[in-house]
Amino acid sequence: MNNENTSAMNASIKPDYTVGEHPDLPPPSNTVGTIAWVRENLLSSPANIIMTILSIYFLYKVLPPSLNWMFFDAAYVGEDRNACRAVANGACWAFISERFQLFTYGFYPIEHRWRVDLSFVLLVVAVIPILFDKTPYRKYGLIFAMVFPFIAGWLLTGGLGLAPVPTEKFGGFMLTLVVGITGIAFSLPLGILLALGRQSNLPIIKVFCVSFIEFIRGVPLITLLFVASTMLSYFLPPGTNFDLLLRVLIMVTLFSAGYMAEVIRGGLQAIPKGQFEASDAMGLKYWPSMRLIVLPQALKISIPGIVNTFIGLYKDTTLVIIIGLLDPLGIGRASLSDTKWTGLSNEVYLFVALFFFISCFGMSRYSLYLENKLQTEHRK
Amino acid sequence: MRVTQFAALGAALSLTAMTAQAGTLEDVQARGELNCVVTVGVAGFAAPDENGKWTGFDVDFCRAVAAAVLGDGEKVKFVPTTGKTRFTVLNSGEGDILFRNTTETMSRDADLKLTFLPVNYYDGQGFLIRKELGITSAKDLGGASICIQTGTTTELNLADYFRVNGIDYEPVAIETNEEGITNYSANRCDVYTTDASGLASTRAALDDPSAHMILPEIISKEPLGGAVRNGDDQWADIGLWVVNASIIAEELGVTSANVAEHAAAAGNNPSINRLLGTEGDMGAMIGLDKEWAVRAISAGGNYAESFDRNIGPDTPIGLSRGLNALWTNGGILYAAPIR
Repeated sequence: MNNENTSAMNASIKPDYTVGEHPDLPPPSNTVGTIAWVRENLLSSPANIIMTILSIYFLYKVLPPSLNWMFFDAAYVGEDRNACRAVANGACWAFISERFQLFTYGFYPIEHRWRVDLSFVLLVVAVIPILFDKTPYRKYGLIFAMVFPFIAGWLLTGGLGLAPVPTEKFGGFMLTLVVGITGIAFSLPLGILLALGRQSNLPIIKVFCVSFIEFIRGVPLITLLFVASTMLSYFLPPGTNFDLLLRVLIMVTLFSAGYMAEVIRGGLQAIPKGQFEASDAMGLKYWPSMRLIVLPQALKISIPGIVNTFIGLYKDTTLVIIIGLLDPLGIGRASLSDTKWTGLSNEVYLFVALFFFISCFGMSRYSLYLENKLQTEHRK
Repeated sequence: MRVTQFAALGAALSLTAMTAQAGTLEDVQARGELNCVVTVGVAGFAAPDENGKWTGFDVDFCRAVAAAVLGDGEKVKFVPTTGKTRFTVLNSGEGDILFRNTTETMSRDADLKLTFLPVNYYDGQGFLIRKELGITSAKDLGGASICIQTGTTTELNLADYFRVNGIDYEPVAIETNEEGITNYSANRCDVYTTDASGLASTRAALDDPSAHMILPEIISKEPLGGAVRNGDDQWADIGLWVVNASIIAEELGVTSANVAEHAAAAGNNPSINRLLGTEGDMGAMIGLDKEWAVRAISAGGNYAESFDRNIGPDTPIGLSRGLNALWTNGGILYAAPIR
């Protein structure tokens, strides 16, 4: 097309819009679509270009062999490690599938494992109304959630018509869930009380809370667990049998409550003084003013910190191996010394890591969802 | 009940040291369960199978003690421990007896207040190394990085050996045998050292066993045996004679298969009769009944049966009897007689 033609055409076209109401034209083609995205995000500067090339090279080097090892060249069935080696050079998932029951239930008696399954289902039923406020029949769900710990305790340990199962039979994922969820459920209220106590005007309460929190923060969890498991027997009267798992639950809860208290104190201190004064001016007493005015705001600010503490607690449950309880990691270690399967540590650690990643990632996504839902201020 | 516990706490503090240690037998029988301290997992010695049932050479001795004391080899609670926590767990009373491939030493016996049971496995410390390094003697290991389990006698032996030979090394501290295998196969250390029994199974589990070798030097004596707390001689005697009974049963040809037959009536071998309680009442001397040894042998078999089933030549671990053969077969396994 030549210039004369173009100008002739331009002259013949009449504007089909009212003057002053020009419609939006599509953006220039180099600012939208995949190519624009690539240019903007991957190739925007020389440094960026180099990083992109290096990353692609890195993925090229790492991804195919990993996928190959994990999926394409892996053995999924087999009697023992030699059977795995015979069919594939990669991962030997037959080991995990043979041990899956052990990883899930630990040493829980096989004929009673339905009780663990049932507890897990009930756990889901109890947790959903707590997590999502649009759940139908939420009021009844919350009531159920309040009694759930007792039902689960009864189902898992037995008594009242069910065959008793000693807690040392607990292990694997169920142990992690029992310790993790109990710790999470009890450390939050305890942490709130400690945080409020630390700011109290009553010297006794304040001194107690401060010394408790500082003691907990000054001692590693592993030490507390060790004291709970072995030293406690020196202090209790001979013959007393204080359940080992109960000791662990108490220690883990107290430990995370100490940290929780500090996280919540951070939230409390971010509340402007005016809020406290306003609630006083409304004539609210201490507890109503905390419940209705201060804590809802303080807890909302503290959500990332609270979830952080939860995740830390959840991962710390692997420390129970020090007192002879076998969590998934402990089960994995013990399984590795089965002569049929020795030397498959990569598979075990990957599998356990996947379990922890799913749990912790789930918690962190939920916390993001909650933050967005409770977002009332303008976005920063 | 909790309240009374705490009220009694002060008074109990002063008494615990004395009372908690006497009467282990009564405690175990009242509880109906033996708390046996084992390892978190050493191939062939103690490990749970896919159904969560513990098996292994050490485990068999736990079951034998439980069978002798409680009448049922299944009434055992296994307390898995690491090298560092095992003695604390035993001494605090969380465990009644320990079978955790533990080397008997003077300081553990006297300083840690343990009473050792007869040696059930004579071991020695060796080195596992890659053939490609071209080293054929432990004396050439100067500058090597060595994976070593903390809190074990192997750690101390290693330091001694290298000091005597005037060479230095770089220790890589690990916690469990399994961790040692992982680190060694990932090339994080040149050499893995532990008891020779462990090395054989470790080598068998590597991707290419033929690329690795066990150096000829055995640098220490490692008499592995069970242990109990000091201060309860009757309980120590029970442990001692259960282990001895297992060895004696092998000497006399009593196995888990024929023990019931031998025990049915007194035969013409007085040693067998005394062992199985068809003649005399030896069990009463250690606070048990006449048939204690019958139950112990039925639970795990005699020494040879347990050895062959868990760590013997036909297992993946493939250990030969060697020093652990009976004294009549050229080994040093020699149990005091029951009479």
